[in-house]
Amino acid sequence: MTTTTTPDTRPQTIKRWGGLLLAAVIWWALYLLNQPFWDWLVGRVVGLDLTSRLGSGVQFFFLDTVKILLLLAGIIFIVTVLRSFMSVERTRALLGGKREGIGNVLAASLGVVTPFCSCSAVPAFIGFVASGIPLGVTMSFLIASPLVNEVAIALLLGLFGIAPTLMYVSAGLVIAILAGYIIGRLKLERWVEPFVFETKLRGKIINSTAGLTWDDRIQMGIEEVGSILRKIWPYLLVGIGLGAAIHGWAPQDFFARYAGPDNPFAVLIAVLIGIPLYSNAAGILPLIDALYAKGMPMGTLLAFMMATVALSLPEMILLRRVLKPKLIAVFVSVTAIGIIAVGYLFNAIL
Amino acid sequence: MNIKILGPGCANCINLEKAAKQAAAELGIEATFEKVTDYADIVSYNIMSTPGLVVDDRVVLAGRVPTVRQVKELLAPLAG
Repeated sequence: MTTTTTPDTRPQTIKRWGGLLLAAVIWWALYLLNQPFWDWLVGRVVGLDLTSRLGSGVQFFFLDTVKILLLLAGIIFIVTVLRSFMSVERTRALLGGKREGIGNVLAASLGVVTPFCSCSAVPAFIGFVASGIPLGVTMSFLIASPLVNEVAIALLLGLFGIAPTLMYVSAGLVIAILAGYIIGRLKLERWVEPFVFETKLRGKIINSTAGLTWDDRIQMGIEEVGSILRKIWPYLLVGIGLGAAIHGWAPQDFFARYAGPDNPFAVLIAVLIGIPLYSNAAGILPLIDALYAKGMPMGTLLAFMMATVALSLPEMILLRRVLKPKLIAVFVSVTAIGIIAVGYLFNAIL
Repeated sequence: MNIKILGPGCANCINLEKAAKQAAAELGIEATFEKVTDYADIVSYNIMSTPGLVVDDRVVLAGRVPTVRQVKELLAPLAG
């Protein structure tokens, strides 16, 4: 840190923040030009009628692809840089000695802001429980982390605006808090693999994001954008393709008739389909965008998305290393019931 | 020097191992490499974000994949 005061760091500082500013301006220009560009290319140059099925489907596909890529790149970068000031290790220290209740609230909130990859779910679980953090509080963290994720926030914000985004974030937090609290109250520690409690922690805690410079954090942001986009682009293309097909070809009110507000089982079925389905928010949201336009209610759609991103087969297989099947079943059911309740609630109040 | 790579075997761990091997080779350090894949063992080093890099039983890095240059900066002072 002391080396940053040498005189020749100033051009570097200007380069860093100037570069960021330039990137932000280019991003904004591309975002504004997206719609006029595709209107012009698809409508004028290719000569498709933008109100026809083919024309609107094609235009939707390209417009949404570019829009979603821009939103993802922007939001993932900002979120990664902000999160680089947090770490799982720091979160554990903050949760240490907290009672259940307040601990669940804190754990769910920290689950949203802590940098976390699902491949660290097992070490984090062991680290939390072995250091004495209650099982229910640990579960609140593990539920909130995938449930409220930055990709979904980015896309909801871009496609539907601020109100559904806030609804989604608060619903995710409430589900994570309550589900963790219930698991804690049920006293299910006997369904945790015994080795977790026997694990001894030694040495000093290493804070994985301590001592990073701004350049490191910006570099991490750029790398994260690249690695997430590389990971999710197939989901994204399939999602947008399906969305475009629905957009152009499915008859108006088709989904509203079968899965609309009048069908009392719609939310339940949507969640049951969403649980085993493994996709991420990037694949689901283009679909949701198209289904919403065809008259499906927001509560059902949000419930479907939350079930898909929060609960998945690969994650359950991973958690099997530390949780016995009975506890996994409780975790899935409690979370699913929460998501279903939220879906019905949103459908009722919107 | 004994270098351990902590992680269940995901892409990040493999990348970290590559970076560490290259860094050691470039510095001319004689090192033995070990992989720690058991979750209980990983966590016993008091890290919760994988991958982790342990040099002579001391954790020097956790939770991210460093560049070769960064690993060299970590290894160089420990080699002496």
